[in-house]
Amino acid sequence: MSDTHAQSVAYVRDTFIAEQAPPTREAGAVKWLRENLFSSIPYTILTLLALFVIWQLLSGFLPWLFGGVWTADSIRGCREVLDGARGGCFAVLTERWNQLLFGFSYPSSQYWRPTLALVLLFVAVAPVLFPDLPRKLLIVTLLYPFTAYWLIWGGTILVPLVALLGVVVGYVAFTYAERRGFAIGLLAAVAAAAVVWWMGGLAAENGQFLLRLTPVQSRDMGGFMLNMILGTVCVSLSLPFGILLALGRQSKLPIIKILCVAFIEFVRGVPLITLLFVANVVLAYFLPPGTNFDLILRVIIMITMFASAYIAEVIRGGLAALPRGQYEAADSLGLDYAQAMRLIILPQALKISIPGIVNVAVGLFKDTTLVSIISMFDVVGMIRGPILASTDWNGVYWELYGFAALLFFVTCYGISQYSQWLERKLATDNR
Amino acid sequence: MHRSTFYGVLAATALTAGAAGAATVDDVKERGKLNCGVSTGLTGFSAPNASGDWEGFDVAVCRAVAAAVLGDPNAVEFVPTTGKTRFTSLSSGEIDMLARNTTWTFSRDNDLKFEFAGVNYYDGQGFMVPTGLGVTSAKDLDGATVCVQTGTTTELNLADFFRKNNISYEPVPIETNAEALQQYTAGACDAYTTDASGLAANRATLENPSEHVILPEIISKEPLGPLVRHGDNEWGDIVRWTLNALIAAEEYGVTSANVADMASAPGDSPEINRMLGTEGNLGEMIGLDADWAANAIAAGGNYGELFAKNIGEDTPIGLSRGLNAQWTEGGLLYSPPFR
Repeated sequence: MSDTHAQSVAYVRDTFIAEQAPPTREAGAVKWLRENLFSSIPYTILTLLALFVIWQLLSGFLPWLFGGVWTADSIRGCREVLDGARGGCFAVLTERWNQLLFGFSYPSSQYWRPTLALVLLFVAVAPVLFPDLPRKLLIVTLLYPFTAYWLIWGGTILVPLVALLGVVVGYVAFTYAERRGFAIGLLAAVAAAAVVWWMGGLAAENGQFLLRLTPVQSRDMGGFMLNMILGTVCVSLSLPFGILLALGRQSKLPIIKILCVAFIEFVRGVPLITLLFVANVVLAYFLPPGTNFDLILRVIIMITMFASAYIAEVIRGGLAALPRGQYEAADSLGLDYAQAMRLIILPQALKISIPGIVNVAVGLFKDTTLVSIISMFDVVGMIRGPILASTDWNGVYWELYGFAALLFFVTCYGISQYSQWLERKLATDNR
Repeated sequence: MHRSTFYGVLAATALTAGAAGAATVDDVKERGKLNCGVSTGLTGFSAPNASGDWEGFDVAVCRAVAAAVLGDPNAVEFVPTTGKTRFTSLSSGEIDMLARNTTWTFSRDNDLKFEFAGVNYYDGQGFMVPTGLGVTSAKDLDGATVCVQTGTTTELNLADFFRKNNISYEPVPIETNAEALQQYTAGACDAYTTDASGLAANRATLENPSEHVILPEIISKEPLGPLVRHGDNEWGDIVRWTLNALIAAEEYGVTSANVADMASAPGDSPEINRMLGTEGNLGEMIGLDADWAANAIAAGGNYGELFAKNIGEDTPIGLSRGLNAQWTEGGLLYSPPFR
């Protein structure tokens, strides 16, 4: 058979050709370029245009970044070193980094304290953020606020210790009295805690020097540390308040509902800067002269109020998104309100709300720079005020604001990456 | 903090608000510290340095008052205030005095119920132009484009000045000082106008300050001075006469270097003797120690020294004395006699 056509066909191949590499233009980087960047004339034009823009940006930015001056004593010193060449004056960061991070009046010998508090913050939030860690680590989280207060503000350890003791005693009292009803339990807890705090206050005044760290006044806090304090405290406080407000707004009890709606709508209808001005300026009129109601505390209260209202609305969105069947299922199991919320409704509603909550948290963290307007020296306040006003560094804008932007970007990007990880982890629904 | 806060809130409910103590000087002495309101940062006038200590021309006034009252120029709690919070801080009693390049105007004195203790810097609106423009007087600016911050009195003063001199100009409205400087250096306008001290500070930050010149014309009056609340005349007198002592000290040649010498024993000049407390009882009259003025001068020097150290011609800001020279040298500084 094979030679049937031997006369009519000049040549018949009887072996396979070895596999060949595809033509150059159909393989590897060239193919990718051709398909993605140069597939048609308009695409080619756009690609070239984009390359040109990138080149323009980088050729301006990279020499500025890498040709920068890191050691000089003033902007004039920078210009002398640069001698007309292109480069940033990063010497301002070398000289003033401590002011940008800690403010200008935090004692420099104590910088280790806020730094340690920041490191401990990561340890403390880890068990909350990563459910795989052992639950016992939550004790660290509970102890953290007291440790951090002691580290950052200093003074005797008795003050945070008494505060902690009050919380513990209050909790114990609550568990004992709870069987008589939730309200009675709460009342007992508050009363017990108040007694402990009152007695502890007396003790703390006598024990001023026990394990004493150099006390630092609130007005000496500044720099990025202040942004971190405000951001962390306000976000973590506004989450529980937000949940309560969201539940209150859906409540069937008219008074609670009206109060919650009024609070949320009022706070959301007012710009944050107005609340900050109230904290700073108006309260000073109502307090008698001489009393110095801690400014950071005032600001924390105002920002927390603000953030709670927004988080409440985000969570309400999550609650509304749950199918009605979930509520009915909880009822049909015979769960009471607290159980139903804790075990069925909230876990699902909160999961839906994660992107919104993170959105509010990131926005709130950046909003903490607004305190520079009420003459607090957060990182932006430090730049706008003392550093740019010094005769040495007046005129250095890009380097300073770039540094602040970098600090905020790293933090906010971190938060956002975490939330995406959490969403993927909690994704149990079928899409 | 917690306990005082608690009692503070209790007291707030019990007392009527705004019961500012009549005798500020007693409060200051009892506290052992002067609460002095300053700017959050203004080149040459008030700013913390790299080690966190406040420095500047306004800051020096605070230190002098603290030295006069408490004998210690470092017994000052500097309370940074912004343009928006400064007046409420003062009237609420959070600060004892405000030294924050604040212009003395009729309405601030009368309507806002403050009392200006004097003038420590006579400022006014001026023009900065590149040297290359070849302009030596603001009246040569006919047809020029002028960068000006919007919504300020400088905008109105500018319009008045050009109308009065019957020349034309084209305003380039700008929002902030930093932006204005950028526009000016980019050549978007021929001249930049704002307060003369601000112009000088801005000029110092430019790449080549010698290529820019501040024109001699000053087209508005901006007398800047420290101020206190209405209604406490003793305290107002202390601040006023501390400032006068600094000014008089320059006139009489008392400096930080020789003040200790002069105050140790009566000298030839009766006026200096009375001021420094080696003769007469001026200290008693004002309710302070006899060496109050000597302390104030020793704190940072007399007016001329403070000027030279913070904003004078040898600093990067490089302001000349101009209106702020002694009356004997053609300026406006004139302290009433110490008698």
